[in-house]
Amino acid sequence: MTAQPNRLASGGRVDRGTTFTVRFDGHDIAAHPGDTLASALLAHGLKVVGRSFKYHRPRGVYAAGVEEPNALVEIRRGPRAEPNTLATTAEAFDGLEAFGQNGWPSVAFDMGAVSGLLSRLLPAGFYYKTFIGPGQGTAFWMFCERFIRRAAGMGRPTQAPDPDTYEKVNAFCDVLVIGAGPAGLSAALAAGRAGARVIMVEQDFVLGGSLNDEPAGGAGDRWRDGVLAELAAMANVKIMPRTTAFGAYDGGVYGLIERVSDHLAEPRAHQPRQRYWQVRAKAAVMATGAIERPLTFGNNDLPGVMLASGVRRYLNRFGVLCGRKVVLATTNDSVYPLARELAAAGAAVTVLDARKEVPVVLAAGLNVLAGHGIAEAHGSKAVSAVTIGALDANGRIGNARRIACDLLAVSGGFTPTLHVWSHPGRKPLYDAARLAFIPDESQSPNFKCAGGCTGEDSLSASIDAGFAKGAEAARLAGHARDIGVSARADIKETGWLRDASRVTAFTGGKAKAFVDFQHDVKTSDIALAHQEGYVSVEHMKRYTTAGMATDQGKTSNLNALSEMAELRKLAIPQVGTTTFRPPFTPVAFGAIVGHETGHHFRPTRLSPMHDWHAAHGAKFIDAGLWERAWYYPRAGESVRDAYVREAAHVRSAAGIVDVSSLGKIAVQGPDAAEFLDRVYTNAFKSLKVGRLRYGVMLRDDGFVLDDGTTARLSETEFMMSTTTANAAKVMSNLEHLLQTAWRSLKVQVTSVSDQWAAMALAGPRARAVLQKACGASCDVSAAALPNMALTHGEIGGAPVRIHRMSYSGELAYELFVPAGFGELVWEALMSAGAEFDLRPYGTEAMGALRIEKGHVAGGELDGRTTMKDLALERFASRKKPFIGSVLRQRSVLEDPARPSLVGLEVVGRAPPLKAGSLLFSEGIPAAGHGEGHVTSTTFSPERGTHIGLALLARGQTRIGEVVRCVDLLGGSEIRCRVVSPCFVDPEGARQNA
Amino acid sequence: MLRINCPVCGLRDESEFSYGGDATVMRPAHDETSADVWHDYVFLRDNPRGPHREYWHHVQGCRQWLVVERDTLTHRIGGAVLACDGEEAR
Repeated sequence: MTAQPNRLASGGRVDRGTTFTVRFDGHDIAAHPGDTLASALLAHGLKVVGRSFKYHRPRGVYAAGVEEPNALVEIRRGPRAEPNTLATTAEAFDGLEAFGQNGWPSVAFDMGAVSGLLSRLLPAGFYYKTFIGPGQGTAFWMFCERFIRRAAGMGRPTQAPDPDTYEKVNAFCDVLVIGAGPAGLSAALAAGRAGARVIMVEQDFVLGGSLNDEPAGGAGDRWRDGVLAELAAMANVKIMPRTTAFGAYDGGVYGLIERVSDHLAEPRAHQPRQRYWQVRAKAAVMATGAIERPLTFGNNDLPGVMLASGVRRYLNRFGVLCGRKVVLATTNDSVYPLARELAAAGAAVTVLDARKEVPVVLAAGLNVLAGHGIAEAHGSKAVSAVTIGALDANGRIGNARRIACDLLAVSGGFTPTLHVWSHPGRKPLYDAARLAFIPDESQSPNFKCAGGCTGEDSLSASIDAGFAKGAEAARLAGHARDIGVSARADIKETGWLRDASRVTAFTGGKAKAFVDFQHDVKTSDIALAHQEGYVSVEHMKRYTTAGMATDQGKTSNLNALSEMAELRKLAIPQVGTTTFRPPFTPVAFGAIVGHETGHHFRPTRLSPMHDWHAAHGAKFIDAGLWERAWYYPRAGESVRDAYVREAAHVRSAAGIVDVSSLGKIAVQGPDAAEFLDRVYTNAFKSLKVGRLRYGVMLRDDGFVLDDGTTARLSETEFMMSTTTANAAKVMSNLEHLLQTAWRSLKVQVTSVSDQWAAMALAGPRARAVLQKACGASCDVSAAALPNMALTHGEIGGAPVRIHRMSYSGELAYELFVPAGFGELVWEALMSAGAEFDLRPYGTEAMGALRIEKGHVAGGELDGRTTMKDLALERFASRKKPFIGSVLRQRSVLEDPARPSLVGLEVVGRAPPLKAGSLLFSEGIPAAGHGEGHVTSTTFSPERGTHIGLALLARGQTRIGEVVRCVDLLGGSEIRCRVVSPCFVDPEGARQNA
Repeated sequence: MLRINCPVCGLRDESEFSYGGDATVMRPAHDETSADVWHDYVFLRDNPRGPHREYWHHVQGCRQWLVVERDTLTHRIGGAVLACDGEEAR
């Protein structure tokens, strides 16, 4: 017994001069360059390569391409392990390790097969029906879930991080050609001759498509090589093998995956594993061919039952003879060349042709039984016999008898592979003459189709069509030139459409007949769906899961449709089709993500003082895209220890915090004040030069959008600040108003967020620090710089604009410095502040301080609150209209029962308050939405207890009341007293010092 | 992915833009006092099937607001003009 019992001594397109070893489930398997994993396994004689999804039936290789439903294996071990890989498209390489899936302890001998015995309890829809019913609750269901989860799924992904890198490429071309078979090669040739920039992609590792299924060395190979030689000489044509066009999107955009090193044991140094190409093509030609349609009969899923086109490819491309006693069952002419080739290779061949009449020229010299079909295949783990018989008009088998065989090759015709064409929501048309759904190019002027994917069964017509469509595509892209004629290939043709029979399902056997192999969907499941009323194609798909596996129904869609059409007594087009969605074949997440992972997932925005914070031990937190200094821990300090210490220090001495991430917008022009008056709720025309004002901005529907402080630098120039989170949104809104409704205003708005570093200096000693740092450059005494005024000075030689305003409630200043000088000024302040014990503080401490003062921020400005809710009514002008001024007065927004802003103080010793907790009165069950929720929380260094801000129904009238703060998710509850939201210095003596 | 022909920057991917809503509605005058007028402008929209004019903001390019014609059924993009060149709402 040789190591490769099924490998012929000659023939095929593999290199027998070199032999290497792949492994499957621990067995050594010989392979040659040019093999796929499947062809090596078949050469070895391996029958069972997997177990089916639901019933754990033994399964073997069924086909030879992407349509494979059974041979899903796990390849590689460790961090590169990849489940659900098609053995039929995986290139064999030395050392490739593969494992069968879904079988324990192995696919060859699987304990899971017992579920096959339970199959009567597990038809389609069993999951939905088993666990409903009165009085069951969910306890039983949850108990069963544990076992269902373990049994469900196919393949196990690795838990280890991916060691490979992936690249993303943006590309542009005139014509994208999808598929390098005869039609695609012709299209690329025509477009290339016309001078168009062409990209041709082929998912296989060899070019030529169906030409490679013919015996090697023939006219097809010569034609292919001639075209490839001409293409190789064209600088405007790029050919990409091992590249799948997985999706077509709007705007002429296509997604490709280039498998750069999948066929190697490891990527070479500096090589990515895969590349994701986003191609923008002016026109495209799809030449993706057609997929053979299976026949449906009992046990049609046994190992050894294969698509005839697959058997032919294994024979003529890989030199593998899949069986010696072959039965070919067909509805059409396409299997006859295969029958002769198998016979020439030494197999005994019987052809069962469903048609009553088979032309003598086809059948000559072969053992052909016309008008015959298959009732049932037999065998325990591989086919060993079939029950055949004469067919009546409805596909029923009579006069049944058994014959022995070790390979059953079936052909039900061919289904155009039109998935990518249909991705952008295009619906194919049913062509009764071609027995198939075909693309309708009137829906896609820039997307042409040629060859087998249009239902064409003639090779010469496919070549001509490819050439014509390629030329048309080039013309659409602006390239029209005399390109000659398409070369013909001198190949004997077998058009399969001639007299093809429509009946592809045979009844008469008792065994299960499968329609969707990958999801174990049987004809009886489709009948069940029909019986239960799930008759529309969309319902049938989801109820039975036919077409929902990783193969997206490539071998099952049409057969499932046709079963349902039979049951409903409708023509196939009346039942309809479901939508194909990208990806055409599965795509790794890593390829889509590319390098945009971890730290590179989004851009990072850093403050000009970032390096100083890092050097001084700051921990950082993400605020949108910004990395902000969060706290500066001393040895052994937790975040809580640190922020409490930092905040307490600000109130007792002085602190400095980096606020560079605030949005800053320069508003300039003669109408700047008028513009701000319209946008803010309060008056800005009246703001004097050299002064600041806190402003609130509403949305058109009357809810609060944002707040900030705006400074008037001159008659016509203001500097607006926004919250970090809303900077982009506010900027966009302002631009929108000025470019549409308010074009007559002479105002320019410019984002200057990145141009200014900003820092807040706060605490009783803040003035002393600032005066020392400014020296003689400006006077920051209380008289010279009162609250809400601004001045200019110099620190460390750099220009500084100083705003006196307080977010913390202490005496405080915000300093704005051109970004390039940010670090210099910060260091100068730290140096000047040393004698006053100036210390940096982070955003956590900054939050604690503002919560103690009851200032609203993100938790309160969540887009659902009004000025009235937040006790900001005093900022609403009565003298002028502003954005939102009308709709904020809707009666529903004036309802006193609306939650309004209050403070909460935890009663007694209790764990910290949780933001998001729902508020309930005492004595009321904690159910439903409660009477409000907690919006911000902190430990208050000043009060020595946990506090929070909250929105509570009728809050203003409930000061002093004790409410319950209930965390329904965590299952805990804390009692809090309702207090004023200002916990520190309500008179403002400190900030007005 | 939609491709939008920005009058300033040329044909660009939609990912450079931010969608800005219906461009066929006119903002009421700033001093409009009727709550009904504001209500209709803020909350009511037609849902047309077919060609539709809408705002897109070229945030990663020229930062101009565009009025783009898009077919809501096929996503086919028609022309794009600068919003500030179009009709005015005072």
